[in-house]
Amino acid sequence: MSLITTLARLEAVDTGRAQPLATVRHRHLTDRPLVLVPLTTAGEAGAPLGALVGTDREAPRLLAVAQPRDRDLRFAFLAELAEAVLPHIEAYADVVEPAERNETDPATGKKTKVEVELCTDAGQLIVPSRAGVEFVRLLGRSMRFRRTAEDDPDTPYPAPARVPLLGRWLTHYGERARVPGSSLLLAATDLLNRHWATGQSSLEDQHLGALLSWIDPPAGSSGAEAALRAELARDGEGQLLCPPAGPATDPDFDNRLLAPAIERYDRARTALASAEDGLAADARLGELSGAEREIRSLLARVMLPTWDAVWRGLDLLRELPEGSRAEDRWTRDRWSFTAHRDRVRSGEPPQPRRDDAVTAAQKLASRETAQAQLEAQEALDDPLVLAGRRLAGEAFVATVTDVEMTYTESKRPSPRPLVTVRTDERPHLGERTKVYRSLEGKPQTAEFVRAEEEADQDGDVLLVLRILDRMGRGKEPAPGSVPEPGERIAWTLFEHDQRGGPKLPDPEETPWTHGGPPGADAATRAEQPDPVTPEDLL
Amino acid sequence: MDKGVLATALGSPAPFGQSQFAFMRGNAFEAKVKADGGAELLRLLYERLGGSSVAPGPDVATPDLSAAGPEGRAARTALALREATATGGWALLDHPMLALEVAGSPAYLEPDAVVVHPDGRWTVVEIKSFPMIDASADASKVGAAARQAAVYVLALERVAAVTEGAEVGQRVLLVCPRDFSNLPTASVVDVRKQRAVTRRQLTRLTRIEDIAAELPEGTTFDPACPSEELDAAVAAVPPAYAPECLAACELAFHCRAKSRAEGAVETLGRSVRGELGGLTTVAGVLAAAAGKEGDPADPTVAALRRAAALRAEALESAAALRAGAREAASDPGAGAPEGAAVCR
Repeated sequence: MSLITTLARLEAVDTGRAQPLATVRHRHLTDRPLVLVPLTTAGEAGAPLGALVGTDREAPRLLAVAQPRDRDLRFAFLAELAEAVLPHIEAYADVVEPAERNETDPATGKKTKVEVELCTDAGQLIVPSRAGVEFVRLLGRSMRFRRTAEDDPDTPYPAPARVPLLGRWLTHYGERARVPGSSLLLAATDLLNRHWATGQSSLEDQHLGALLSWIDPPAGSSGAEAALRAELARDGEGQLLCPPAGPATDPDFDNRLLAPAIERYDRARTALASAEDGLAADARLGELSGAEREIRSLLARVMLPTWDAVWRGLDLLRELPEGSRAEDRWTRDRWSFTAHRDRVRSGEPPQPRRDDAVTAAQKLASRETAQAQLEAQEALDDPLVLAGRRLAGEAFVATVTDVEMTYTESKRPSPRPLVTVRTDERPHLGERTKVYRSLEGKPQTAEFVRAEEEADQDGDVLLVLRILDRMGRGKEPAPGSVPEPGERIAWTLFEHDQRGGPKLPDPEETPWTHGGPPGADAATRAEQPDPVTPEDLL
Repeated sequence: MDKGVLATALGSPAPFGQSQFAFMRGNAFEAKVKADGGAELLRLLYERLGGSSVAPGPDVATPDLSAAGPEGRAARTALALREATATGGWALLDHPMLALEVAGSPAYLEPDAVVVHPDGRWTVVEIKSFPMIDASADASKVGAAARQAAVYVLALERVAAVTEGAEVGQRVLLVCPRDFSNLPTASVVDVRKQRAVTRRQLTRLTRIEDIAAELPEGTTFDPACPSEELDAAVAAVPPAYAPECLAACELAFHCRAKSRAEGAVETLGRSVRGELGGLTTVAGVLAAAAGKEGDPADPTVAALRRAAALRAEALESAAALRAGAREAASDPGAGAPEGAAVCR
């Protein structure tokens, strides 16, 4: 946490309200995000309990598993989830625009431009918390290797038709969520924490209810009081008024309400199975569906507050204007979405359990680039973020006092104007350190020449910079490309556009230090579905 | 002393609890791992930590460790360990009891299992019900399990020191369910680092007698006392609250309320304190940042003032920008479509 963020948090403590950490919204929000509030069974790895899902805040779709240890009910849940999520994703898959992509011709090795499709928009998924993002990954992992009856008629317990496909998409979303600045799959807590500083620690900020209480406290109450209520207040039955945002449930809810309800359901089911005639069966069927309805209403009761909280968080975020470079990052998300659509359509197998060495290195490199790019873009979009970089000496704002024209000493002289600027900041400048400013959205480079020795009474120093590029081809610089005296300009010591590192080898060229080429055993190592175990109830 | 009861009496009950689903699942999994005299457990252990010993057969010793009271069980465990080491075969101790001195008073610990190898090595086995998916598990949970196992290793070392030919393995076996199934899989975790850290912390702990000696005469933590008295009694033991406490201590919410009331900056995180140097209260930091207090020559104060000035300037410029955009949008003559786009 930088000092400027700490200061914002302290101000929040003092005022009793969260303080802004950003003046624009740094993540793209689509017009119709799909909100998913999942719940899972405590202590089980892949046993979802229920979910609220939908794009309409007034009409969430409730999915529930009456007995989470029952494989058939779990599959029914996943099939229903696929029915709710996949149409949302697929709705974006066919709306495309033409785009160009650089590709290397394998025959000649030359770079050529290829006309490809790019989805004009992509399906966005919002979950309440970071644990929810992990749960999406987990769901993806648990589903993508399943076999349906169509894949393999002999497989025991075939998965419903669209479940493996949903697994592949959720895996892609989960993987993409690890790319800094990506907006395909977002956690509401992460979104809010990026834009506001609360008066509590970052650990406590993971509680969605408490976080919202700080940002938008109810009338007449301070953020701290409201947050404490959100964390601890319980109703007459001992249930939390603001249930955890999931996927984990409150143990008191499990023990006092859910476990007895599931037990009733189990009993009703056993009774139904042992019914002897049609009339008795009818009555017991009624009991069974009553027990199921009760579980559904219990789950709805603990998920609805979270559902509302996520939408409230989105409302708060939409009040901020979107940062101008967030759109650029969303375009990358659209590329990623389109690429996965193409992989699915061309019948490629699901993502492997473990990435091979080259893929892993590529992912790591691209995430590093994305991180650097995100940091640069956020600072350029937002004066408040830039203030943090200025405090760290990585950027400075200065007023131009003098411009002196000089030229290179080549046969065709080019302009190299010397610009003197005045600033009270102390950037970390060494000789010939490159600094950048934004000129009509493009970066212009200058290098540091020298500093005037003494600071004057106001603590101002004079710095001399030499402009290096973006002044056109002629001897005289293009109009508007050289700073004018009196102009106040923000310079950064970091590059605006991050380039990735050198290209990595193809998988066939994997060096022996990293396990060597995948080789012939790749076929035999093809991903097998998880073995079926007899542990489940049925 | 039951800190949970005390916290309730103080009016900030601990929010901890375990879901019976997790509890049942954990027990069922442990029972499955230890079924058939621990055959599956020993197979996993031999596969990963067997070394050059012979494979454990059906003649693995599983000594009975039941005795009266924790002291009795700890003595029984020590005896069983000695016997098993002297015999020179495989032995599985199910839920042994170990004693460890913490701050001058004995604490009793119960590992899930300890295995004695034929070569006299003792290995701690920790059975957890979080899954190991594609051979990797949640790092924070594995870390917690490793710290827990390190304490067992320390406690076992006290017994091993007086047992001939015994040695405590610094690598423990972590047994978890595999992927999404209930089948056990295992992984070896090296706990040398955690052991060293725990050892150091244990030697640095203030002894309980010393803490008790500092307390005023007649201090009691009896939950039946009126809450003001209890409050004063608890306040007599100086806490060092940090947000990490919330995940571990029953009294954390009580300490947090106190810490917040004092305006301590640690309530925002330990790292914050480091950043702010000598300034320890929220009011103090804000006064220093606003230029009302503090020595401008102090680098922390100077940095704070710069941060405050930069922050104020940025917020002002953003507000001006937004006001400008709003004006442009409300002025019909000034290119309405562009203004609307900015305001979106």
